[in-house]
Amino acid sequence: MTTVVSHRPPAVARRGLASRVLGRQPEGILLSLPYAVFIVALYAYPLGLAVWMSFHKYIFTAPGVSVPRPWVGLDNYENVLGDPALRQAFVNIGIFLIINVPLTVALSLLLATALNAAIPFRTFFRTSYFVPYVTASVAVVGVWLFLFYSDGLINKVLGPLAPDPSWLINERLAMPSIAVYVTWKQLGFFILLYLAALQNVSKELYEAAAVDGASRWRSFWAVTVPGVRPATTLVLLLAIITGANLFTEPYLLTNGGGPNGRSATPVLLMYQRGIEQGHPDVAAAIGVLLVIGVLIIAGVQRFVERGRD
Amino acid sequence: MADTLPATTPTDRVPIGVTQARPPRRARLWWRIVVLAIGAVAFLFPFYYMIIGSLQERTDTSLKGALPLPGNLGLHNYSQINAAINLGQTLLNSIIFTAGVVLGTVVFGILAGYALAQLQFRGRGLLFAAMLLIQVVPFQLLMIPLYVQIVRAYGLADSYLGMILPYLINSVAVFVFRQYFLQLPPDLFNSARIDGASELRILWSVALPLVRPAVLTATLLTFIGPWNEFLWPFLVTKDHAKQPLAVALANYISTVAATATNPYGAILAGACVLAAPAIALFIAFQRHFVSTDLSSGVKG
Repeated sequence: MTTVVSHRPPAVARRGLASRVLGRQPEGILLSLPYAVFIVALYAYPLGLAVWMSFHKYIFTAPGVSVPRPWVGLDNYENVLGDPALRQAFVNIGIFLIINVPLTVALSLLLATALNAAIPFRTFFRTSYFVPYVTASVAVVGVWLFLFYSDGLINKVLGPLAPDPSWLINERLAMPSIAVYVTWKQLGFFILLYLAALQNVSKELYEAAAVDGASRWRSFWAVTVPGVRPATTLVLLLAIITGANLFTEPYLLTNGGGPNGRSATPVLLMYQRGIEQGHPDVAAAIGVLLVIGVLIIAGVQRFVERGRD
Repeated sequence: MADTLPATTPTDRVPIGVTQARPPRRARLWWRIVVLAIGAVAFLFPFYYMIIGSLQERTDTSLKGALPLPGNLGLHNYSQINAAINLGQTLLNSIIFTAGVVLGTVVFGILAGYALAQLQFRGRGLLFAAMLLIQVVPFQLLMIPLYVQIVRAYGLADSYLGMILPYLINSVAVFVFRQYFLQLPPDLFNSARIDGASELRILWSVALPLVRPAVLTATLLTFIGPWNEFLWPFLVTKDHAKQPLAVALANYISTVAATATNPYGAILAGACVLAAPAIALFIAFQRHFVSTDLSSGVKG
């Protein structure tokens, strides 16, 4: 190798200088340039703009028109935190999580356990569980509206047990209905997640439990549940992110976060305050608060998980 | 929910070619089958009901209405929704939006993925870190500034470009491409470099033919995102002629439906048209859908 280099010193020297500045294959800069520009223009810049807007008075203008956008400090944040509708929206997300997380964990673990064997029609089952997940929410919301409206099939089947007012227009049931809907729609993904986790649980642990005379139920709690805990952690994290992102469901399923804002979500309020009512600065502040909230919860959760290990 | 529903048996509709498992230990298998079958009914019944409801001339929400009764079936709802939201135009808008995103992702994503995997250049580490980082940036934080930027500043409201831009390059796909290119031995490319081939030429004629499966996976997981996306195109398009099907149908659900004679029938007909392409694609290529890829590739 060294002999080759010593034969062509000038070329190596020229290459050396260029590669010190631009790297050994500077064409890489060119090839990745579109992606780099995309990240800067459509992620980094808007991210900065969101934070900037939340500290200024910002109104929509026509392209090219410039208006003063004075610094207003924490005014937008005070506006947001003093808004009872927004506090209700955060409570709604809490209700969503309380229902969605346990339901998702229990049902996907049950179905994944049932699926984790040589079963007839296994591919069919797996595929069918995934169908809601790949379908547009707008489409499935259509059929849920049809199933759950006052005169719909569900209430017909329930007869006298049907809630009054019906599910989606009932103050107490609107948000739980959304939580159940989202659980149903995303369950297929979590079933696959648990299925992968189950296959990583060591068979020897089950054998050891059987030798100790543990029942199947006992070994499920003592071996399976701890064995799939990383997947359970992920369920919680993704549920928080989903909850923080809810928009289509309250917008369509409960007709704009109704009744009385009992199913409104922060993103729905961002849309209403920011775009419908023309206060993008307030909406940006909601966005910043929401992301800080998600980061804090995710951080606390990781901390708790670490502490347990 | 599932056990109160009439006994449709979707287990009968099994794709041909599924291998039957061995019958022994049936006693242990039966509970699994029962649980799984109840699950399958709960997941598939709404889709079955969507099709039935879309074909009913008169809405029948009784139990009997869940069966395909010949007297009450027809395509009337499809012509009604077509009259309201112009299925041809909105489908075309959905296709253009989706095709733009898929094309942008495949072209620019392959370039970036190849560079990140196989080339040494200044800024590579930074770009890689940025790629990972933006996957955790939530869209809700970007929604308002992107709207300000694209709709207000650039005047791209009611344009395909405005719809496509925030999704132009799917970072999950870039990551998938990088992983595939990383598996190729660098010596493969070095010999082509010694022959004086440019990186673009090496990528096109050496690397790309070896990663065809990655292109398929990335295309599939990129397709479903924009096809199902509602919030962003909803913000960008107010002009009916430019709305993708998901947006047009959502507007129909939230506003127009009240005035139609059979609103649910029309909604369900539109829902069937919106759902069919994604479901068909998923079933046809279900082996290529990997759960980990889907987690961030697909949005509700």
